[in-house]
Amino acid sequence: MLELKNIRFDVLEGHEEIGIIRDVSFTIPDNKFVVVTGPNGGGKSTLARLIAGIEKPTAGNILLDGEDITDKSITDRARMGISYAMQQPVRFKGIQVLDLLRLAAGKRVSVSDACQYLSRVGLCAKDYIHREVNASLSGGELKRIEIATVLARGTKLSVFDEPEAGIDLWSFQNLIQVFEQMRDSIKDSSILIISHQERILEIADEIIVVADGMIERQGSRDEILPSLIGTTSAVGVCVPLGGKPAQVPPIPVDQNGNPVPKNKLQGGEA
Amino acid sequence: MEFKKLDEIQKRILMEVADLHTVPEGAFNIRSDGQLAGRASSANIEIVSKEDGSGIDIHIKPGTKNESVHIPVVLSKSGLHDVVYNDFYVGEDCDVIIVAGCGISNCGGMDSEHDGIHRFYVGKNAKVRYVEKHYGEGDGTGKRILNPVTEVYMEEGSHVEMEMVQIKGVDSTDRSTVAKVAAGASLIVKERLMTHGEQTAASGYYVDLNGDGSSADIVSRSVARDKSYQKLDLRINGNAACSGHTECDSIIMDEGRILAVPQLEANCTDSALIHEAAIGKIAGDQLIKLMTLGLTEKEAEEQIVNGFLK
Repeated sequence: MLELKNIRFDVLEGHEEIGIIRDVSFTIPDNKFVVVTGPNGGGKSTLARLIAGIEKPTAGNILLDGEDITDKSITDRARMGISYAMQQPVRFKGIQVLDLLRLAAGKRVSVSDACQYLSRVGLCAKDYIHREVNASLSGGELKRIEIATVLARGTKLSVFDEPEAGIDLWSFQNLIQVFEQMRDSIKDSSILIISHQERILEIADEIIVVADGMIERQGSRDEILPSLIGTTSAVGVCVPLGGKPAQVPPIPVDQNGNPVPKNKLQGGEA
Repeated sequence: MEFKKLDEIQKRILMEVADLHTVPEGAFNIRSDGQLAGRASSANIEIVSKEDGSGIDIHIKPGTKNESVHIPVVLSKSGLHDVVYNDFYVGEDCDVIIVAGCGISNCGGMDSEHDGIHRFYVGKNAKVRYVEKHYGEGDGTGKRILNPVTEVYMEEGSHVEMEMVQIKGVDSTDRSTVAKVAAGASLIVKERLMTHGEQTAASGYYVDLNGDGSSADIVSRSVARDKSYQKLDLRINGNAACSGHTECDSIIMDEGRILAVPQLEANCTDSALIHEAAIGKIAGDQLIKLMTLGLTEKEAEEQIVNGFLK
């Protein structure tokens, strides 16, 4: 069980302190699949980084199974059972997929075991197991390998930061199954996913909507999901890497509501 | 059969530089502290001492396939300055592996130095894989110095692949590799270099692509740790319709410093030459990723460096 208590996270911008996370508290109970959604820039990824220990909160406490881990390092938290899949996974020259899976598993897993993790994320294992985790891999391939490393760890809490980002719609359909399977075999563990994907939200036990560094709403899927459909917090199509759905700029209109031609617009707007 | 004339230190060094536990199969020449410690020729590969005693000539008969030559050098005495000329004559249509390498164990107070000058005359359509490892150890104040010179003369259609590795323990090195590549011939070099402590390393490549259809791919990956310094000088001259690529990819750590000097000279409008050079510290995200897998920062660093130099 993971508990966040009154978490604040401020950053300095110039001389001004900006509150990225402004007093957030929630609990991820065991055996639960929780999805955090909300508009971009609302602080979701920061929450994931705070949980993994990459960022330290300005105030508040984080507890894992009752133990205060606020001051624990990334390594300590990983060893205590927190896994974290990055939104934009990292590339390594010379390190093979197999090496990475072995590091993730923390032991010398056999090639066939390692292959199973890859198969589960929809990669043809024999084509990838000895590939380097370098620039020759596409963004989508890298995301799948990132997810496979979390599967290989098999820890009690798995945090995924926008697993859909950077993956095309067709591939993501298969990836949904990975999360559905994780949902089904959640025994004694819990999963926190940051996602805008309707399909992911549909398999959530609980949904937390984060906006402006605060929890806007939270509750069971049935309570929350209907109100999200049609908003950017629950999109039915995939979004590009970075998580920004395509946005159509508003058409400029005059006082009577008629569209204004571009060449008539005042400074800077054109 | 075990090596008779070598002591434990020498045997260990031999393992480091040539992965040799026992006498190798095929032709070999082992040089220890400036003396011959063992030699064998094979039916197709003949090793003979130069008349003036300055080194050895290795003659590989045309058409020799799937054979190997090992010529490791071991230095375990302090204050020894060993210079040796090794000339390889590789016949046409050969397909051979040549394993060289030098290890120095210097526990004394005086500098030990080995300068190996290797010249390769590679016949038409021959294929050579050359592996060279350099290694140093010992806690004496004397420096361990290696200044190898490699010259490669490649005839039409030949192919040479060189792996040059120097990962540990050499205080000072100034390596120079010169290649002249004829039509249709290709040269591939993979260099791996790591320096630490106060070490300095200079590595220069000077490749002439002289014939149409010739090519060279020189890739150097290096890591400079502690207060070490490296200078990497990669030059390709395109003198014909050829293609050349150099890549200098370096990680700096601690107070390490690196100067990369990629140079291309196109002397023919049909030469296609590319260079890439990048120097930087280990990316923070790489460390973070491995730490989220449960590694400490130090362990993460080791994994990243090991992978990079693999």
